[in-house]
Amino acid sequence: MNESENTALIKQIPFVDYLVLGEEPYLVANECDQCQARYFDRRNACARCFGDQFTKVKVASSGVVTSFTIVEMGPVPYVSAVVDCDGTPVRCSLIGIDPTPEKVQLGMTVELTTYSMGEDSEGTEAIAFAFTPVK
Amino acid sequence: MGSEDIWIIGSNMTRFGKHPDKDVVDLASEASVAALRDAGMTMSDIGVLGVGNLMNAGAGIGQQLQKQIGQTGVPVFNVSNACATGATALRVAIMAVKAGETDVGMAVGVEKLAGAGLLGQRGPKPQSETWEPNGRFGAIGSTEGRIGTNIMPGVFAQVGMEYGHKYGGTSFELFARISEKNHAHSTLNPLAAYQKRFTLDEIMNDVMIAYPNTRPMCSGNCDGAAAMIVVNDEKKKSMPVEVQKRAIKVSASVLTSDPWEEGCQILPDVNTLTRNAATQAYEQAGIGPEDLDLVELHDCFATAELVHYDNLMLCEQGGAVDFFESGAPWRDGTKPVNVSGGLQSKGHPIAATGIANIHEIVMHLRGEAGDRQIEGAKVGLAHVIGLGSACGVHILEKAA
Repeated sequence: MNESENTALIKQIPFVDYLVLGEEPYLVANECDQCQARYFDRRNACARCFGDQFTKVKVASSGVVTSFTIVEMGPVPYVSAVVDCDGTPVRCSLIGIDPTPEKVQLGMTVELTTYSMGEDSEGTEAIAFAFTPVK
Repeated sequence: MGSEDIWIIGSNMTRFGKHPDKDVVDLASEASVAALRDAGMTMSDIGVLGVGNLMNAGAGIGQQLQKQIGQTGVPVFNVSNACATGATALRVAIMAVKAGETDVGMAVGVEKLAGAGLLGQRGPKPQSETWEPNGRFGAIGSTEGRIGTNIMPGVFAQVGMEYGHKYGGTSFELFARISEKNHAHSTLNPLAAYQKRFTLDEIMNDVMIAYPNTRPMCSGNCDGAAAMIVVNDEKKKSMPVEVQKRAIKVSASVLTSDPWEEGCQILPDVNTLTRNAATQAYEQAGIGPEDLDLVELHDCFATAELVHYDNLMLCEQGGAVDFFESGAPWRDGTKPVNVSGGLQSKGHPIAATGIANIHEIVMHLRGEAGDRQIEGAKVGLAHVIGLGSACGVHILEKAA
């Protein structure tokens, strides 16, 4: 199998459009050209300075948990957290850790990870992101 | 402000809880008619009507209410502003009176929520055959659980945990003790949905909803309505002496939204807009937090109450844990907070809440709060926040 065939076979789609897939996946933010405020959603203008020019910037892939909760409603408990990635707050779920207050700690260092959500009827694999404790 | 003063001359709330035999309009009517009676007025006196309801925001509940209790042709403003909907309805009535458009305004907040379950959770969409990016994040599915959480107990849990990360001193037990206080207070409030005192163990060992909030640490979905009548100074002076004696001055009425802050679109920032509203309100009223005899604040979850001690400046910045540990917010403390039982026990029929918390202050300042009366109360503050966000702060004073 040559390289171009290989690329054609693996059809992937990120869970959200601010997740950039590749050898080392990363998150990308829309940064305001005028005031450097960062956003993850599609923008009409900057909520801070009202500028309307943005540049895509790579967000640091590790950071510190500044807040979390463990949602225990539903069949499987999950950890929701805010991670400060070098000054850019990121909302995420934490995986690869027991969802208990003994294990999940404020101030712990975590890093970006991705996982497969499965394939659709056309064979496209969806890839989601989460953060996980640094080993 | 002299002749621009605004006065509450009629106020009422229904019992909060389950009202299976009453619809939204029945509840709104009950509170409205009682508030009118309290003011010695009829619908013919009302010049503007602000009506809040969240779950049927497009249904024209204000007009439906008029059709049951009095169609006089006056302007109706149907408002919806998340959990601050009631306070927003009152702001509309006050603004109209202040603008000189009328002398008398009525605000009503009503909700039927009993059995509504978790709010903020969107049901699963029908799965399409192929992944389709949707919305502003281009998400190919529900983000709930995949990218953190949207459910209210989880969002507000993170608000409290964030405070702990910033200032330290918080723990599961601390948050549970805040809930213990409010449930203890509720036993004196006959209009509360739940009037049960819980031990700390019972609270901590109850069903965990979103750590650190267990079930009793969450506000209860329930049914209820509240209504209030406001007048200007001139109108108040024309009222019978008995009405004037019970009139309560609105020394500050403020509504804010959240200004941009780093991270505010990641985890809602309920702090900055509350602090801004409180600052404006203290300035308007010409009084400070040290002057308050009681406070009703938006304890939609135990974790939220803690941060608002700080945001409303009841303590030094970063000092909310010490403030609670001092016993200050208990009803026999130096700064009683949520003597009604708060949203955790009184219940949280969303659009009614922002008027009901002001009603609680009115009752104490009038000296009509019964068993839970804070003796000699002269000044009180009511706070409400709707996620998104909107924050209402009202400061009330007993007439001199």
